[in-house]
Amino acid sequence: MAEARETLEEPILTGNGGPTDLAAMEPDLLDVEPDQTVASGRRRRSFQFGWWLACGWLILVVGAALLAPILPLWEPGTPDYTNVAGGLSASHPLGGDAIGRDNLSRLIYGARASLLVGLSAVVLGAVIGGLLGIIAGYVGGKVERVLLTLTDATLAFPGLVLLIAAVAVFGASMTVIIVGLAVLSIPTFIRLARATTLVIVQREFVTAARAYGARPMRVMLREVVPNVVLPVAAYGFIMVGVFIVAEGSLSFLGLGIPPPTPSWGSMIAAGRTELLTHPQISLIPAAVMFVTVLSINYVGERTRKRFEVKDSNL
Amino acid sequence: MTDLVKDERQNKTGASSGPGGDPGASRHVQLRDADDVVLSVEDLVVEFGVGGGSTVHAVSGVSFDVRRGETLGLVGESGCGKSTTGRSIMQLPKPTSGSVRLHGDNLGGMPSGQMRRARRKLQMIFQDPISSLNPRRRIADIIAEPLRVWGSSPDARKAKVAETLEAVGLDPQLVADRRPHQFSGGQCQRISIARALVLEPEVLICDEPVSALDVSVQAQILNLLEEMKERYQLTMIFISHDLAVVRNISDRVAVMYLGKLCEIAPAVELFDRPRHHYSSLLLSSIPSADQDATTSAARLDRSGGEMPSPVSPPSGCRFRTRCPAATERCAVEEPLMRQVGDGHFVACHHPLEVAEVVASGAEGSVERSADGTPDGALRPVALEGV
Amino acid sequence: MTSIDAGPADQRRDTRPPAAGSAQTTAPGATATRPLLEVDQLRVHFATPAGLVRAVDGVSLSVRAGEVLGVVGESGSGKTVMSRRAMGLVGPGTTTRLSGTVRYDGTEISALPPAELSKLWGSEMAMILQDPMTSLNPVKRVGEQIGESLRRHLGLDRAAAHQRAVQLLRSVGLSEPERRVRQYPHELSGGMRQRVTIAIALSCDPRLLFADEPTTALDVTVQAQILELLARQQAEHRMAMMIVTHDLRVVRGHTDRVVVMYAGKVVEAAPTRTLFAAPRMPYTEALMNAVPPLTGSNHAVLRVIPGRPPNLLAPPPGCAFAPRCASAQERCLTEMPPLRSAADLAGASPGGSAAGAPAGGPAPAIAGTPDDHVYRCWYPVGTEAGDEARRTNIERGHTAAGTPILAEAV
Repeated sequence: MAEARETLEEPILTGNGGPTDLAAMEPDLLDVEPDQTVASGRRRRSFQFGWWLACGWLILVVGAALLAPILPLWEPGTPDYTNVAGGLSASHPLGGDAIGRDNLSRLIYGARASLLVGLSAVVLGAVIGGLLGIIAGYVGGKVERVLLTLTDATLAFPGLVLLIAAVAVFGASMTVIIVGLAVLSIPTFIRLARATTLVIVQREFVTAARAYGARPMRVMLREVVPNVVLPVAAYGFIMVGVFIVAEGSLSFLGLGIPPPTPSWGSMIAAGRTELLTHPQISLIPAAVMFVTVLSINYVGERTRKRFEVKDSNL
Repeated sequence: MTDLVKDERQNKTGASSGPGGDPGASRHVQLRDADDVVLSVEDLVVEFGVGGGSTVHAVSGVSFDVRRGETLGLVGESGCGKSTTGRSIMQLPKPTSGSVRLHGDNLGGMPSGQMRRARRKLQMIFQDPISSLNPRRRIADIIAEPLRVWGSSPDARKAKVAETLEAVGLDPQLVADRRPHQFSGGQCQRISIARALVLEPEVLICDEPVSALDVSVQAQILNLLEEMKERYQLTMIFISHDLAVVRNISDRVAVMYLGKLCEIAPAVELFDRPRHHYSSLLLSSIPSADQDATTSAARLDRSGGEMPSPVSPPSGCRFRTRCPAATERCAVEEPLMRQVGDGHFVACHHPLEVAEVVASGAEGSVERSADGTPDGALRPVALEGV
Repeated sequence: MTSIDAGPADQRRDTRPPAAGSAQTTAPGATATRPLLEVDQLRVHFATPAGLVRAVDGVSLSVRAGEVLGVVGESGSGKTVMSRRAMGLVGPGTTTRLSGTVRYDGTEISALPPAELSKLWGSEMAMILQDPMTSLNPVKRVGEQIGESLRRHLGLDRAAAHQRAVQLLRSVGLSEPERRVRQYPHELSGGMRQRVTIAIALSCDPRLLFADEPTTALDVTVQAQILELLARQQAEHRMAMMIVTHDLRVVRGHTDRVVVMYAGKVVEAAPTRTLFAAPRMPYTEALMNAVPPLTGSNHAVLRVIPGRPPNLLAPPPGCAFAPRCASAQERCLTEMPPLRSAADLAGASPGGSAAGAPAGGPAPAIAGTPDDHVYRCWYPVGTEAGDEARRTNIERGHTAAGTPILAEAV
């Protein structure tokens, strides 16, 4: 496919499958639906089995996390002493942890915490960073220089140290972790949004908008922002996975979401003393985290590619 | 149509030959002071700073005017400043100096709100049909957006969008809800034209509108532009590097080289009797059936086709480094525009002689008369002799 | 008849030295006329998720020694893929399906492994691409890039290669060649870079030069320079050349023979002068008419070709140009016309036995036969059948494909 795209002198890329030249009198050929274009064909193939599998897993995880309170689960914080480091059983499908709490229940409640941290931090970072980046790219000049200098300064600061310091000062709480991760991600979002904006501003439809008299604010909101949102969102999606792992690492260091709230990271951390005797206590949340992050990356990458193809097909 | 053009030319000669002593008039003899001049550009200068503190002199004092209903072609090679000229007329970005007057009002001197309003009368079409349209929006929204900016009612907008789409040959029903990537280059260019026309501008600036299109599609768009010009009473500035395209669509043609105007004349006149050596080089460079002509054109160019850098343009006449007729005077004294014929102006100390050119054209056609139509007239034989 | 430069006949053939004349006199019989490059029933299909793209669909042509062949077509006509396949640059791949043969100087090269093929590249065949910036390596000095192929193919040592590089740059008209060899591509202008690629292409005296849109990215005065350079080098080296371009004016002044491609197929081939004097294929005629003329009055209404290039995914059963053609009749929609010459046409009874030799079988006409004028049309322009077909369409106001006939299109 790649070969075809490179060597063909754009016969597919100019959209031969698209609607025919309406202007030029071939109404009969119009029954070729625009959705039968090569682009959509490529899309169809790329959204195949693996994509659905990853999506299915993510829907399962998110669904379970959302519905946790109404699902028939054990209390995640209440130990069942018959289930201390218990193996897999009918009443505790994934067994119990070192003090007998139900692993399945903690896994699902842990998903709530992990996903909440990942999503909120990304949304916060993407909105703030994205906006600042668009402003930097669109306004330019002094504003851009100041923002970029701040960005560089933040990027030069070791992230983990910042987080540890924040936890030390404000105490470990979910809010501190979310805000901390978001602050760390803002510079990257600024850079991404700014770079994308710079490309978009060069496009002639932006010049055209200014030519027909749109005010700068309107040009930014109507012409620039919609074109920056998608790349930023696609990157943000992948960052969710990164943040889930980051929260896990913090928990492992004892700096994560404080107990008793379960999170995947704290579950892995809690199981490490029993790693040799009862490895499932650590390995099950680790596996769940692994598959979830993998799925997020896969879906994110595919979605991003899809929009890229759509752009290149232009 | 053609009658109108002829009348204009007669008027114009009368007007420009009048005030002889006026220094302003002699500096810009090519400018006309008739009532129906829609747009006049005077001493337009555009400079960009580049790295290392040097300056690109993209446009260096260009003056011309366009009358109502006229199409002015702006030709030149890449880097001559023709696109920059087009954009700075739109004040995108504002020129470094010089004035752009629309019906006598200087766009550059207006407060920005007023300028935005005045500029509605100027619209632009770009080279890259794909880059011209926002990929995330539906066609109907793209075309309605200018109307929305100027606050027309939704119903009026809808009707206007449908009307304009039909005018450019697209079926509104089929097109409105689609997005740009579902269309071919030619169709995208039609959509761009519709967007430019929806505000009913007086002047349409076309910046290489057909350069990215296949020959067959190019002809469709060129015909469409002529149609639209008639229907919407447009005045056009048509910027292109394609000489044949410019000749066909323009009433008058201005030739640019390295940020300066070399020559301005009625289209056919310019192509039949170029007086500037650069115009003549351009014309003889068009590949023709007669390979020797191209060969001689190529040999004529002293620089082997290399244009000097716009960062440090040559002194005096900017074409002198490539010009076969360059003398010492060309290095010290910049040639001013002067009239050499009916509506024909040239900025050259040693313009090509008409007699020479005509004689050569005749020779050429004699030589080839066996085959019928002479196109020898296109190439001054003065060149072939060199 | 056609608007593009209605003018004198091209003088190309008259001004050139007789092509490969000595070879013809010494080698008698069939070998004398054996072409340097023979392309036979070449097909390049790309499998895409949306279906099979028939980029090149059964192209046969030939280039004789010392001859300049022009290949003209719009985007999507397959001209570029065809020339790259002929050169061996498009190899088989998981999504690329190839068939047909390419013979260079009598040897089949279409099946050669890349290692064997690369011995031919540079020394026997060379190519010039549209964008000189991408065909030059940005991090290597100009001199090294020229020297590389000299050392590989001619076995020159470093010093000799350097000497030769300077000579080559001088011969392609670059000023200060001693300084240029030490420069990087980005330090040169577009025209200079194209001169460098030409120098590289000519470095080992190839017998066949492919030029793929050699001047499309260049300004018109630079284009004149490069075309002149190519013509001079071609004559000096007695090189065969294939110029692939969309520009009819370039083809007209700079080729001996022209092949017109449409939708992956050859639709017309003829000696340049014949083609421009009397195009037979309605597509060729329409293409010539769509170019704005350089003579006559301005504001001429251009005769447009309605619609746009065909969908290579689902080619129509008949002639690919039929939906856009002013002469199209019912037959054009159902039956693919074979590539045939005026002579074939005269031999066959009108509308009858000619159809018995379809293009799929042993091809009756190869687009490379020396001075034949072949075309793929049931109703050729300028013939009785063609005039009749067009008259019918004008009378009924639309073609058999339903395309309305506009006054200006006829």
